[in-house]
Amino acid sequence: MPDGVAAATVRKRPNWVPYALLAPGLLWLVVFFVLPTLSLASQSLQTGDVYNGYSLTWHVQTYVDALSTYWPQLLRSLMYAGLATLLTLLLGYPLAWFVAHRSGRWKNVLLVLVIAPFYTSFLIRTLAWQTILGDQGLLTSLLDRLHLTWALHGFESFLGAVGLGSGSQLLYSPFAVICGLTYNFLPFMVLPLYANIERLDLRLTEAASDLYASPVQAFRRVIWPLSLPGVVGGTLLTFIPATGDYINSVLLGSAKTTMIGQVIDAQFLRVLDYPLAAALSFILMVVIIVLVMSYVRRAGTEELL
Amino acid sequence: MAWIRRHLVVIIGLLVMGYILLPNLVVIAYSFNRPRGHLNIQWSRFSFDAWTNPCGTPGICSSVGLSLKIGLIASIVATILGTMVAFALGRHRFRGRSLTNLLIFMPMATPEVVMGSSLLTLFIAMGIPSGQMTILIAHIMFCVSFVVVTVKARVASLDPKLEEAAADLYASPAQAFWRVTLPLVAPGIAAGALLAFSLSFDDYIITNFNASPTSVTFPMFIWGAAQRGVPVQVNVIGSVMFLGAVGIVGFAQIVGARRKREVA
Amino acid sequence: MADHATGDLRLSRITKRFDRFVAVDDVSLTVPEGSFFALLGPSGCGKTTTLRMIAGLDRPSAGSIDIGGTDITDLKPYQRHVNTVFQSYALFPHLDILDNVAFGLRQRGDKDWKAKSQEALALVQLPDVARKRPTQLSGGMQQRVALARALVNRPAVLLLDEPLGALDLKLRRQMQIELKRIQSDVGLTFVHVTHDQEEAMTMADTIAVMNAGKVEQRGDPATLYEHPASTFVANFLGQSNLLEARITGSASGGRMPAQTHGHDVVVAADRVPDGINDVWIGVRPEKLRLGDSGTNQLKGVVTDASFTGVSTQYLVRMPWGFEVMVVQQNDGSARATVEETVTVSWDPGQEFILDQRQDETAGAEIDDA
Repeated sequence: MPDGVAAATVRKRPNWVPYALLAPGLLWLVVFFVLPTLSLASQSLQTGDVYNGYSLTWHVQTYVDALSTYWPQLLRSLMYAGLATLLTLLLGYPLAWFVAHRSGRWKNVLLVLVIAPFYTSFLIRTLAWQTILGDQGLLTSLLDRLHLTWALHGFESFLGAVGLGSGSQLLYSPFAVICGLTYNFLPFMVLPLYANIERLDLRLTEAASDLYASPVQAFRRVIWPLSLPGVVGGTLLTFIPATGDYINSVLLGSAKTTMIGQVIDAQFLRVLDYPLAAALSFILMVVIIVLVMSYVRRAGTEELL
Repeated sequence: MAWIRRHLVVIIGLLVMGYILLPNLVVIAYSFNRPRGHLNIQWSRFSFDAWTNPCGTPGICSSVGLSLKIGLIASIVATILGTMVAFALGRHRFRGRSLTNLLIFMPMATPEVVMGSSLLTLFIAMGIPSGQMTILIAHIMFCVSFVVVTVKARVASLDPKLEEAAADLYASPAQAFWRVTLPLVAPGIAAGALLAFSLSFDDYIITNFNASPTSVTFPMFIWGAAQRGVPVQVNVIGSVMFLGAVGIVGFAQIVGARRKREVA
Repeated sequence: MADHATGDLRLSRITKRFDRFVAVDDVSLTVPEGSFFALLGPSGCGKTTTLRMIAGLDRPSAGSIDIGGTDITDLKPYQRHVNTVFQSYALFPHLDILDNVAFGLRQRGDKDWKAKSQEALALVQLPDVARKRPTQLSGGMQQRVALARALVNRPAVLLLDEPLGALDLKLRRQMQIELKRIQSDVGLTFVHVTHDQEEAMTMADTIAVMNAGKVEQRGDPATLYEHPASTFVANFLGQSNLLEARITGSASGGRMPAQTHGHDVVVAADRVPDGINDVWIGVRPEKLRLGDSGTNQLKGVVTDASFTGVSTQYLVRMPWGFEVMVVQQNDGSARATVEETVTVSWDPGQEFILDQRQDETAGAEIDDA
């Protein structure tokens, strides 16, 4: 008798048990996640104002207004988050590989150091980048000492030329915002990658090279496909929060780097235009869901969900 | 050249590690600064002032206290709720499984700004005033999913034969749960609880949507201060948390490694 | 404990269905108290399900189980005085060895658990590992701990689910002897599930051969080997040459004439089932001899000869194309070479006779030992 069948029947307990276990947690999520999302959708279709109240009028025009006014911020958010995700992958993959396979007895120490920044406030660490990138900050002083100021100016001009900087300073530029996003979400990329890469059998590269694959080919045809689950997990954990984030763009950016989260925050909490803010929020959610679904489908790892 | 090629991944890894740690080192270094003006951005003079008087700035310690309180309650509630869901998913067959998985996944796939604003619309619609209670509700909500994912992995890796062995050795289902299952899943539950605590303690965006002027958490305090100049005490608290975390996690890792070495 | 019953273990018309699949089909068995009983069969034959029903881990769909007359069918696993040595050992990784072994005793509130557990560890020759963790031990040692953990409870029936499957060949042989010694020392009823016919024959007093959810034959190892009741048993336990034959006359002087592919042979009359004329004549390879020293003689051509040390194994093609296997001891007698025409012979009484309606290949294609 197949062992699986036998084991499965034993695990079958009275039928109400799983529902009893699920009920409190799922109820919480339904009341404080699903219901608010519906409430958000409803709010976005209402008209009125804070003082006289709102009524549901199916005012779809709000969406048109929201998109036509704020599409640059939405697009910018997706672009910054996309770039930051790409950078975290480029930086995170070698780091994860290094920790997993080349760090020897330092492995645990390094893992601790990757996770530890989580426990210092996100905001404090982001503010530290002001200190590092600022006009008279650490980087400038250091390069000044090394007589490399020309290199800094060259880099700033380069950033200005490609549209990621103001041309004269590092801080308060798209570069600084992307740098901060990359920094803040790097551990979210490294951890899933590490979990995946650590389990890779390195003898596979030997087998590949035995079968006439160059190191690059061995990576592309054997290691990379096997790391995909980690890559997909890491990119989702990075891209989704990065798109909605506005801490980095507020603290490290300028009026020209405004991201969609900032707009939503301002419309909700300062302008008090609830329908517009709700519409923007809802658009952001739908855009992300669509992007994530198509990405996951392309990567062929729906299991991850 | 050959040496560089062979050790390229180590070199890049160490550089990225430096990138990860640099801000933390800056935070620690600048906790010993005595800035000239309000802004703690330029180095001025070495001083222990902030360390000897960490509550020296009005509101800072009460905000840390509130964050600790919310973090503790939120992580405990989220851990209990999440662990129950994880057991249901890892141990039982039931209808509506994929719907449950979707419901668990969605909060992780939704940007904080969306969750924060949608909760706000609900609270407004229901006439619930913002404050500690609404912050707590929000934190528990977004922590549950992370606990479920963490604990589920542990539950799924548990050999069901161990529970059968316990039953075979005269343990009733309840006894088997307390003496075998729970101790074996405990590391996963602890990891989930720690994760929930750090998520809650660190959250700004969702909190900001659902807080009131009288319920200022530590991240909200920093945000408010960032406009005028962040007091050095913030660096002190950040350093304490970083070093404390390194200490605790490091200690746990060393104990774990030693146990593993005994095993090997 | 709900019962401290001891006595024979009796399965009465046990059936187990999983959805539409019948894993165990109307099985009745009696395992005498204090015996070493083996359930032998290929994977999927229902032996593990039978074991799990005795342990209480699966509920029978029909039938009952009792020990010494006390019905235990509806008792939960933790309520019955039966313990199991699991195939994967299932040692608790968070407990040390002593706590693992003492688990059952403490669960039952035995105050003397420490001394008893140490005694059990000594019995399995692991006196010095009490404070180690399971993962610190080798597979063979874990196996002994699993045995001690079950033994220490002195159960009415001790179940072993392929306990030696994960060990390498040498260690397995060693453990077989040791298990047998321990069983006779403690005098408990052992029910041992295995797919390894050699293991079953080495250790068990009684073997029940299972196939497709049913018990094909039950008996002591020698009887099963010499007098298999079905082609399945004949093929599953060792090798058999099955010759298609017809009984051509009646018994005289304890013998009966028969004909296989036109060749006259004589078989022992008491081996022939009543009322059947079309038969399989089964002869074990070691009962066949090269040369004409036996009464029944067949001529053939050697197609293969493999030297295995203590013996040489020949394949000899009969005129009608069938290849018989002959195993000859390397006792100095002359060896045959490939292509050589030889006479193969045996004496009446060395064969077994089966009904020809049975599938001659049953049990032969299964070789997962």
